[in-house]
Amino acid sequence: MDITELSISQLVKNIKSGEISVKEVMKSYIENINKKESKIKAFIHLDIDNALKKAEELDRMREKNGVLFGVPFAVKDNINVLNTETTAGSKILKGYISPYDATAVEKVKKENAIIIGKTNMDEFAMGSSTENSAFFPTHNPVNVEYVPGGSSGGSAAAVKSKEVLAALGSDTGGSVREPASFCGIVGLKPTYGLVSRYGLIAFSSSLDQIGPLARNVEDAAVLLNVIAGFDSRDETSVNIEKKDYTALLGKEIKGKKIGIIKEITDFDLQQEIKSALNKTVDTLNKLQAEVIEVSIPHLKYALPVYYIIAPSEASANLARFDGVRYGLIREGNNLKETYQLTRTEGFGEEVKRRILIGTFALSSGYYDAYYLKASKVRRIIANEFENAFKKVDALLLPTTATTAFKIGEKKSPLEMYATDIFTIPVNLAGLPAISIPSGNDKKGLPIGMQLIGKWFKEEELLQIAYSIENGG
Amino acid sequence: MSEYKPTIGLEIHVQLATKTKIFCSCSTEFGDEPNTNVCPVCLGLPGALPVLNEKVVEYAVRLGSALNMTINKVSTFYRKNYFYPDLPKGYQITQYAIPIASEGFLEIKTKKGKRKIRIQRGHIEEDAGKSIHTGDITESQYSYIDFNRSGVPLMEIVTYPDIETAEEAYEFLVLLRKTVRYLGVSSGDMEKGALRCDVNVSVSKNDKIGTKVEIKNLNSFKSVRRAVEYEVKRQIDVLENGGSVVQETRHLNEKTGETVAMRTKEELNDYRYFPEPDLPPLILTDEFIEKIKKELPELPLQKEERFIKEYGIKEDYAHDIASSIELANYFEAVCRATKKPKEVANFLMTNIMKYLNKTGKQITEISFNEKKFAEFLSLIDNGTISKNIAKEVIDQSLETGKSPKEIVKERGLVQITDEDAIKEIVLEVLKENPKPVSQYLSGKTQTIGFLIGQVMKKTKGKANPQIVNKLLRNALMKMKK
Repeated sequence: MDITELSISQLVKNIKSGEISVKEVMKSYIENINKKESKIKAFIHLDIDNALKKAEELDRMREKNGVLFGVPFAVKDNINVLNTETTAGSKILKGYISPYDATAVEKVKKENAIIIGKTNMDEFAMGSSTENSAFFPTHNPVNVEYVPGGSSGGSAAAVKSKEVLAALGSDTGGSVREPASFCGIVGLKPTYGLVSRYGLIAFSSSLDQIGPLARNVEDAAVLLNVIAGFDSRDETSVNIEKKDYTALLGKEIKGKKIGIIKEITDFDLQQEIKSALNKTVDTLNKLQAEVIEVSIPHLKYALPVYYIIAPSEASANLARFDGVRYGLIREGNNLKETYQLTRTEGFGEEVKRRILIGTFALSSGYYDAYYLKASKVRRIIANEFENAFKKVDALLLPTTATTAFKIGEKKSPLEMYATDIFTIPVNLAGLPAISIPSGNDKKGLPIGMQLIGKWFKEEELLQIAYSIENGG
Repeated sequence: MSEYKPTIGLEIHVQLATKTKIFCSCSTEFGDEPNTNVCPVCLGLPGALPVLNEKVVEYAVRLGSALNMTINKVSTFYRKNYFYPDLPKGYQITQYAIPIASEGFLEIKTKKGKRKIRIQRGHIEEDAGKSIHTGDITESQYSYIDFNRSGVPLMEIVTYPDIETAEEAYEFLVLLRKTVRYLGVSSGDMEKGALRCDVNVSVSKNDKIGTKVEIKNLNSFKSVRRAVEYEVKRQIDVLENGGSVVQETRHLNEKTGETVAMRTKEELNDYRYFPEPDLPPLILTDEFIEKIKKELPELPLQKEERFIKEYGIKEDYAHDIASSIELANYFEAVCRATKKPKEVANFLMTNIMKYLNKTGKQITEISFNEKKFAEFLSLIDNGTISKNIAKEVIDQSLETGKSPKEIVKERGLVQITDEDAIKEIVLEVLKENPKPVSQYLSGKTQTIGFLIGQVMKKTKGKANPQIVNKLLRNALMKMKK
């Protein structure tokens, strides 16, 4: 038995039955890390000694509790883990040790997963390739010349290379789904408000959501069971009844209505991705689901709307990094100079660009034309999704228009922004969506298919994704 | 110069006296060791999120209602963006487009009678930390920041420019402070920063409002009055000399009583307000608002008027007693026990107030309760002690905590009403003072006052004055014959 091939539920079952020890599990994964990490560079912070110690601790426990008991786990570096360096991929937070656990981390720890490290990311989650990390780029395990996607590129690469079994990422405009797609794994962005944001370093508060990156749909569902739920520390978290997101997995999807967005044809799709989409439609037909066409007329405005809303919120969210209380400080001759020196040196180019865009969009005299207008269009897009969901149970579209690109290949910010055209509308509407692997292109790079579900209907979304994953 | 009309508006930050902060559960205790009442939320640590304290909402609705304001069933939070070291998030969470309360008024009493000062809005927000500079801010090498205050709840009350004199501004603040104390929503202590006031002043000869000058960081009611007085005079002088008033922010120099333009040129701030995405709109139910309104206590002016009507006490006594809820409660409790409101008001406003001022004690801290007060008044009523002795008895009782009866017994202060005993002393006094007696007999009757005094002295004030008077006159009458 290759331990690193086991799914979460298989692994935990084997540990609990005494078939394998947590230490054995950890050693198998450490072997992978030792073999691959120097080429992949998925982690900003890795603590193998502590992971082994924790494994031994778990092995000594008489009661082996927790649905993630002994699962080697990684957390994106913009999510706080107690007493661990938390940098969000930025120089400005280099050396910052977090004094608390994010709610999602607390829950994962409670289920006895072993967090072995913090994964690399685009600085403050701003990017689609993990090249914007202040420290180093992460490489795609499928082909190390290529980016793993971003911003949760480190988490996706760590899962794909089997350095860990599963990981947490965050998704503001596609940052879980796009890297999942590029690396050929599963990435889920839950409905806005399903998972607590407490402890997630905010990029764009009205769009951010923590989500799992996993090898398959079932693992993603198991993880969602752990991290979902109301949190009194996050006022945007929604108090809905607790569900078992694995309950519908394997149930047939006969009669379900799946929508294809008509406006997708407005965008250039890589040929192999078009084919993959068609193949998925065939699968759905085979599963006796009904595929119909729906319209989201304002889809093409999602990208510009996002690049007003997200930078606006970010410009305020990142104001706290001023060198006064923690993180990098570069002292000037006076307060203003200290701010300037600290923030000039502490932030990377992309972060500065977005702070400038956001500051401009919120400025007096421009607010109505930019921020307010964008907010209105955002509402329209959400309404169009709501209408579409009156006719269908889920929407199907590619996660990205192209497969992964080479490290250093995309030069202009606009080129990079366009990577997220199919994932961004989902965040604007606050909907749940999942990216699942859908074959490879000619170069052997993974293709990802995206399914968008109804608000808080993750169990149904996962059911459909599971059927496609296993019925192809 | 009298044709200039001043127009004055106030912006008052009222610190709400909740036990915990507005967006986290840290204590709001004043004066604790610096940076001990802090957590990831009020320190603005990465990843922390605000959660609105319901108590703050309750207090704000209570204050808004007491100020006759409309409580908005839906209000929203905004981020006000600016950089300052004591502002840990780089923005302040406040209310902007729709505040929790809007459009109300407070009625003040002035020399010209009652005046309604309209209130434009009342919104809730978080306080910043406190910067402590080493020495003068311009020369300070470094500064300390205490984040204990960061996240303490504030309600900002903004008036319309309905105030016309420094006196009115002062009266408004005094009444507002009384009101917040009555409601229990704030300590109202200006020296502890629980009440902070900015003033907008302009003067004009016509209906067009003049250029507005803002005076910031006034730290006492007297400062507000002085600043307004000075600023009105200054602006009139400027205009009379052909100049024009510059729109600016000024400070009051506490030593000279003059307002001065801020030395550092304040940069024009664009606060880039936008809706706070971490907090959904604040939605209040009718039941919530109604319940708070129903539970509102009687307010200072209402109480004052009721005291005059119900107890028949003097207007200035009613005003002073109603100025503090504790004093008013004490007064009413004693009135219930004694049914003698006028006497109670008299002794409360003289002997008891004197004692409180001398010792710095609060009315709630004295042991002279309604039982003792009733016992005390009955001693006067039944003639056990004279009105003169009464003052000594109450003072001693306040001082020692002993009951009035004990004091009387201990010191032998029982009034002498035995006519034979007094007569003896009267005759003694007449014998010892032949000169005033002969003066009296020759028609200089005012010398009887001296003779009464001598009798009282001999009895240590215990003789019943009426009886002394009667017996002296009788005796002198006999001598005349």
